[in-house]
Amino acid sequence: MQTKSKKRKIRWSFIIFFIPVALWLLLLIVLPHLELLRISLTSSSAKGFTLANYAAFFKEPIYWLTFVRTALYSILVTVIVLVVSLPVAFYITKVSKIKTQGLLMVLILVPFWVSEMIRVYGWMILLRESGVINAIMLKLGLFHKPIEMLYNDATMIMGLVYTSMLFMIVPIIGVMGSLDDSLIEAAHDLGAKKTAIWKEIIIPYCMPGIMSGSIIVFMLVLGSYLTPKLMGGKNALWFTEQIYNQMIVYFNWEQGSAFGFSCYYFLL
Amino acid sequence: MQIALSVKDLTKQFGDFTAVKDLTFDVEDGKFFSILGPSGCGKTTLLRMIAGFYKPTAGSIEIQGKDMLGMEPNKRPVNLVFQNLALFPMMNVYENIAFGLKRKGEKGPGVEKKIKDMLERVGLPDSGSKKISQLSGGQKQRIAIARCLVLEPTVLLLDEPLGALDAKLREHMKVELKKLQLKVGTTFVYITHDQSEAMVMSDHVAVMNAGHFEQLDSPQNLYSNPASSFVAQFVGNNNKFGVDLKKDESGKFFASAANGGLYTLSDSFNLTDNESFDMFVRPEAIMINPVNPKPNFNVINADVKAILFDGGNSRLLVTPEKSDQEIIVGLPQNRQFDYIKAKDAIKIGWDPEAAVCFNKTEDQIYADEI
Repeated sequence: MQTKSKKRKIRWSFIIFFIPVALWLLLLIVLPHLELLRISLTSSSAKGFTLANYAAFFKEPIYWLTFVRTALYSILVTVIVLVVSLPVAFYITKVSKIKTQGLLMVLILVPFWVSEMIRVYGWMILLRESGVINAIMLKLGLFHKPIEMLYNDATMIMGLVYTSMLFMIVPIIGVMGSLDDSLIEAAHDLGAKKTAIWKEIIIPYCMPGIMSGSIIVFMLVLGSYLTPKLMGGKNALWFTEQIYNQMIVYFNWEQGSAFGFSCYYFLL
Repeated sequence: MQIALSVKDLTKQFGDFTAVKDLTFDVEDGKFFSILGPSGCGKTTLLRMIAGFYKPTAGSIEIQGKDMLGMEPNKRPVNLVFQNLALFPMMNVYENIAFGLKRKGEKGPGVEKKIKDMLERVGLPDSGSKKISQLSGGQKQRIAIARCLVLEPTVLLLDEPLGALDAKLREHMKVELKKLQLKVGTTFVYITHDQSEAMVMSDHVAVMNAGHFEQLDSPQNLYSNPASSFVAQFVGNNNKFGVDLKKDESGKFFASAANGGLYTLSDSFNLTDNESFDMFVRPEAIMINPVNPKPNFNVINADVKAILFDGGNSRLLVTPEKSDQEIIVGLPQNRQFDYIKAKDAIKIGWDPEAAVCFNKTEDQIYADEI
């Protein structure tokens, strides 16, 4: 009798905790996805299921070229973020004193307390033709006329690197913090130069952090909308913009869903 | 004999704190040299200077006659076995040992053979493909040493590598390390705070305190002829008596204790007024109920306070009459003294040769140690 009631108790507590999670997953993630999948397989003009929307993705070069461009730039951004984050994480965990470590972490975190839009506008104020940098350069006489620094790919990539860096630094700091200094010293003692220490000791050790950071950054960049739209200019299309255009501008939900799922398949 | 490591007037300061003060010593080729000292005495700083991780404030370090000043750790012909061993967890045993050889640019079947030989030498021939986490404490130890020895360093530095092992394994590794050193013939410089490790393994031991060497000697001399009060207290167990020294008409020296006891001494001293001394007598130098003692033997009456049974290391805790001082006396486990019980009155005695006296110092190695 007693064991039975105990069993029931465990069941109940499990169900109580499981229901919110299950509802959340089902209502907010699984159902919308299934609905989008259904929409992507229909057409407004014909009845029944069709693959025409997916075919359009491959037929029209602007669509798949934008997609390839987005994917390649996302990889590039991830690599740049990694290259920048490794020394930053190393400095914070190994070089700086414990007191300054906290301060440096806060300095990295603070910009992320304001929304992405505000941060991007901040960059725009700095970089635009009538912006702060141009004004200073003109005053110093380094520029003869203002230069437009916004609306090109380099600026967009910089913006994407800036907005996603935190998500690389934090996991790497987590792993690097547990790297024993004596491992680095031992490698040095056994004859390794700085490059070998990075290549053979620090990076392999930090691989779990690098992997999770890279995945997060890649997905964030691939799915980002604001930064490419605001900093990238007219002819620098990002794939999320294509989806937005299809769904909101052309009201072609079928095509937009198909694009969304193409993106999804690619990630998988 | 060739000198492997020569240190001259070496000093290291961290801000106002002097960690190592004017050290000068030589280590002969192929010797096992230990530096023994309590934590915080500067021994790790000294070792890290030899390895190249710290820059000396003053002085020089020569290895086989070559000045090491300003040379990076990766260029020095010395290797360091770290206190926590610092084996690379993402590599297996083979890769760990190959790491240094790869950095030297060695390739091909020669590397494989060297590693195989080295694994055999440390007694772990088939563990090349094992992960570091699969090794036991003693095996990790040996791999860490193998990783250094495979590079054939002139001097192998060891930073308390046995500290993390349990007592039984530590006893075993002491002997293993000594045997390994004899086999490979590399010069070992070993630092430790454990006097037993230092004495069992070493050819020479330097006792270090507050940045300088108190005494550099063979383990036997260190034990029987300590050069300072610190050495007498730090190396081995010792009984400390606060005494005043007196000289009689015939020129003989006596130590008088607070309880009125007067003990003969064999050494001579330059006495000045108002100096207090500490007299040290080792527990095993004190005899229980001495039979037919020599005429100059110091014999006192004492009460047994407790029997501290510890197998072959058993001792008696006794208090001399009219005193509350505690004296530790070695209790041989040869059944001769089985009749002694707690609260018995016994006689204890020692040869004047076995007692040493030094000026009283404030040295306290570990606050609650006898």
